[in-house]
Amino acid sequence: MTVTLPSGITTTHPVRPPRLRPVPSTPAPEASGLTPAQVEELGRRLDEIRDRILESRGASDAEYIRRIIGIQRKLEIGGRALLFAGVLPPAWLAGTALLSVSKILENMEIGHNVMHGQWDWMRDPKIHSSTWEWDLVSDSKSWKHSHNYMHHTYTNVVGKDRDVGYGILRLSEEQNWSPYYLGNPVYNFLLSLFFQWGVALHDLEVEKVASGEKSKKDVWHQIKGIGRKMRRQFTKDYLVFPALAGPFFLPVLTGNLTANLVRNIWSHAVIFCGHFPDGTVQFTEEQLEGETRGQWYLRQMLGSANLDGGPLFHLMTGNLSFQIEHHLFPDLPSNRYAEIAPQVRALCAEYDLPYTTGNLGTQYGQVLRKINRLALPPKHVRPHEL
Amino acid sequence: MFRVAPPRRPSRLLAAATTLTTPLLPEDFLGLVAPLWSTTALRGRVVAVHPETERAATLRIRPGRGWTGHRAGQYVRIGVDVDGVRQWRTYSLSSPERSAGGTRIGAKSPADHCLSITVQALDGGTVSPHLVHSTPVGTIVHLEAADGDFVLPAQVTTPLLMITAGSGITPVMSMLRTLAQRGPLPDLVLLHSAPSAADVIFRDELRALGAQVRHTGVEGRLDLAELDTLCPDWRDREAYVCGPSGLLDAAEAHWSDRPERLHVERFTPPTRSTGGTGGTVHYGGADPVEVAPDTSLLEAGEAAGVLLPSGCRMGICFGCVLPLRDGQVRDLRTGEVHGEPGDLIQTCISGASGAARLDTTTTRGDS
Repeated sequence: MTVTLPSGITTTHPVRPPRLRPVPSTPAPEASGLTPAQVEELGRRLDEIRDRILESRGASDAEYIRRIIGIQRKLEIGGRALLFAGVLPPAWLAGTALLSVSKILENMEIGHNVMHGQWDWMRDPKIHSSTWEWDLVSDSKSWKHSHNYMHHTYTNVVGKDRDVGYGILRLSEEQNWSPYYLGNPVYNFLLSLFFQWGVALHDLEVEKVASGEKSKKDVWHQIKGIGRKMRRQFTKDYLVFPALAGPFFLPVLTGNLTANLVRNIWSHAVIFCGHFPDGTVQFTEEQLEGETRGQWYLRQMLGSANLDGGPLFHLMTGNLSFQIEHHLFPDLPSNRYAEIAPQVRALCAEYDLPYTTGNLGTQYGQVLRKINRLALPPKHVRPHEL
Repeated sequence: MFRVAPPRRPSRLLAAATTLTTPLLPEDFLGLVAPLWSTTALRGRVVAVHPETERAATLRIRPGRGWTGHRAGQYVRIGVDVDGVRQWRTYSLSSPERSAGGTRIGAKSPADHCLSITVQALDGGTVSPHLVHSTPVGTIVHLEAADGDFVLPAQVTTPLLMITAGSGITPVMSMLRTLAQRGPLPDLVLLHSAPSAADVIFRDELRALGAQVRHTGVEGRLDLAELDTLCPDWRDREAYVCGPSGLLDAAEAHWSDRPERLHVERFTPPTRSTGGTGGTVHYGGADPVEVAPDTSLLEAGEAAGVLLPSGCRMGICFGCVLPLRDGQVRDLRTGEVHGEPGDLIQTCISGASGAARLDTTTTRGDS
């Protein structure tokens, strides 16, 4: 299959072919017209951005995360309290809304980022990657392995990064088509509704058992961990809180259910916009061989996409709207991504690299289109759809 | 791996409340209004800061319910956030002993009383200047249980000699205040040294107690040979000495024929790297491993056959972290030498810088 390149981008390589190239079947601009020396220089300049943040990290950052945690806990208390009066429709709506926002903040801006070690430098055992457990059925230990290690190290490497399709969807031409994938749009819809379950199951990496990379015992151990977590989450949201409301248990139950659903749909949308909109590049395993730090940086930049929006929007995405910056520097405090984004974008412009960004509607539309397109076998893809 | 108070056994009520707050604990929500209330960590609130000299201050701290009191002369480890980073240091308590079941009617539990530490700011220090000069009333600090065996006996039957210098007066002040609380002071000689009158912590109180205060800036340092004139019966007294290590070494030499009479308080600072690359690293209980310059602690440990957790091997996933018990390490990316006991070290991007010890026994993240 040949690549259709947008006009203005040359297909002739510089003196030496770059080591990193997009998977040929991906409809993306040529990944890198850079020489190896340029790639390493880019890496050094990104390191400088990182060092500037590390040097200035301090009390105001610590205050930020503590404030967000405080706000989230107050929202949760407020939401759950309002739901006790949930027989009154306005109270149900307000309570469910507060609880939804609280769960989104807890999972995205707090849990995800704390477990990345973004706040470990504070040495506060209450806000630390090794102790944090989040309000989600996925247990932190499994998640940290599949996310921090597998996804962030092998970002967008088809066959290594399990976020490419979550083991359910076809999200790359490199994945062989089978009739099962005709259901791609349906699976995506279901994944969106049950995203926390998708994340938990995705952490199990069950297909690795078949290939012998993982023992059944390990999987069983993990299943037990998820089971414990699941039981606690279920008891809280669907048993104890509704029961406390006595005769008004139903509004509490539906409120909690809705809040979890809202959180699932929102986080699924934001996360899928991080690596699958048009312009993001996927890679093959061969490209990992002998990869330098500069090349790793480049792969992170080309494989990620940002979302445009205001400060509140960025907060509600857990600053994953700065997906490019997050993938370059996964352990820098999330409140600083906004400040380095213009610097990263300027570097991209200087090195003539794409910096993929757009609003949520546009980006998610592109992701859905890709999911629909990949439901069909390659021969059904008509050129104008590329 | 972290400095936290030993957890108390959760009550049935607490366990029930936890089903509502999981995966958090009730205290994480209660902390919004009652930050001292905790079953997993001992905290305190600074209720007063009283300057003692230009560079020393006494901090009165109201501890949370887990505080079990202290014996006169003991120290406490205290954790404060400086520039957003939790720093732990050890300070002697200067407040009197408040043992439970005291003679007072309606004796309260130790946690009902404030504790005091008296801190002297060190030039270039991180924590002590922060505590002395920039700790507002209301600050929440983190505490451990009081510890130390430089303590006053429950019954004082022999005459006492106390030799202190600089901030070494603080544990002895706790002893003196405790003695004053118990009744008439026993036969007691106190020799205190400070550079000048302005540097004397507890100046008025010491004067009232009849302490002999020496201003070393004028009179020079105390030579223990002078004891024969300053306190001729020093051999018959129970001696408590607290001050810089030079004074302690001299006291140990001076009391070498009657060491049972001498009590000293010696703070051993944690091992610091003297710089350089490479070094000897202990991984848990395994044999020490020589780590070559520019080799990561992860690679060196694995090469030596130590079973270590690992992940991305490039410093991003935090899958390889191990708690540092002693010494420091070098960041192979930046060359920065860092580390405090209890820090979690990313072994894949850290090299050795002198001697260090890592804990390998901790299993992390088990829920």
